[in-house]
Amino acid sequence: MRSYLSDAAVLARKDLRLELRARDTLPAMLLFVLSVLAVFHFALPSGSSRLAEFGLLWVAIVFTALLGLGRAFVAEREQGLLDALVLAPCDRSTIWLAKGIATFAFLAVAEVVALPAFALFFSPVSWATIGGVVLADLGICSVGVLLSAMAAAGRARELLLPLLFLPLALPIVIGGVGASVVHAPGRYLGLLALYDAIFTLLAWASFEYVVTE
Amino acid sequence: MIRAQGLERRYGLKRVLHGVDFELGRGGFLVVTGPNGAGKTTLLRLCAGLALPSAGTLEIEPDRSRIGFLAHEPLVYLELTALENLDLYSRLYRVPERRERIGMLLERFGLWEARRERASALSRGQLQRLALCRTLLHRPELVILDEPFAGLDADGAALLDRELAALRGERTLLVATHDPKRLEPLASGRLSLA
Repeated sequence: MRSYLSDAAVLARKDLRLELRARDTLPAMLLFVLSVLAVFHFALPSGSSRLAEFGLLWVAIVFTALLGLGRAFVAEREQGLLDALVLAPCDRSTIWLAKGIATFAFLAVAEVVALPAFALFFSPVSWATIGGVVLADLGICSVGVLLSAMAAAGRARELLLPLLFLPLALPIVIGGVGASVVHAPGRYLGLLALYDAIFTLLAWASFEYVVTE
Repeated sequence: MIRAQGLERRYGLKRVLHGVDFELGRGGFLVVTGPNGAGKTTLLRLCAGLALPSAGTLEIEPDRSRIGFLAHEPLVYLELTALENLDLYSRLYRVPERRERIGMLLERFGLWEARRERASALSRGQLQRLALCRTLLHRPELVILDEPFAGLDADGAALLDRELAALRGERTLLVATHDPKRLEPLASGRLSLA
């Protein structure tokens, strides 16, 4: 267990270091989420319901995550590096865990900027929304990294990832919007936690089959 | 160490390898030759465990932790330095005394001065040397090299000649090359793919 976590930490540190050097994912995510919220601010008629406002927040979060997920395996894909990682004697699911940690970090930073911006443009954000965002991020990263690895192996990867990811992100949007607008968000937060538990387990167990023949 | 019988590999309808039989014992040095598209790289990927045969049997003795694979690409992160790349792989392979091992390899392959350079700033020849360091970092039992002389200048090629001579007999080597004459004095066998 210790060596599993240490391998995942080594790989995650590498991904974070690559982003610090190249700076091609996080700035794009930040700019994108702020632009989307600004566009929504002008597109949404004044006096719109909280449901509509928070719906747009969750759309912005999912699409920002999609942007980060699309770049999760760029270095590995462009330089054939997945072969080297697959050959290494570590458990292959550590690659998934490390990419998940790095993507979670990028998404969290984007949301630290996006939530205050949303509060500025639309409505204040409750603790239930913040809890929902954290739970949603876990699900987005666990499923998204698996799908990103699948898409990286294919030819039409830019098309494949959204086509695979968006239907699977539907429960996240339902849970997130529900937790943000109802007075008793427990049920919706429970839905997000259940989604995380099921899909994290599935993604962890199936990642090896995605990156090997 | 490696035993292949009736090995076949298809990509869709295209048959890349067909009816390949060979045996490579421990300490052997097999040179794989053939024209472009003959399936040399495919054969090496099969032996490294990166692909599965479509038909036939392939037995490989060491597990993947004891295989060193040099591919066409250097398989290093271009945004990391030479030192950081080797440190990453040495941690994943749990190389004992990794700093000493990395330092020794960088010295041996003439990369010590460039150790803090990002891989993207290295020349093609230096990248190939770094890839060789990565391949040999964990002292693999089975060394699989795909066109190892590609990109190397005369000094680099001479260095690789010496390395291969030192590894011969001590490790099992499977090398694909377009220049089999260069390896003839070292090789214990040759496999020609049509």
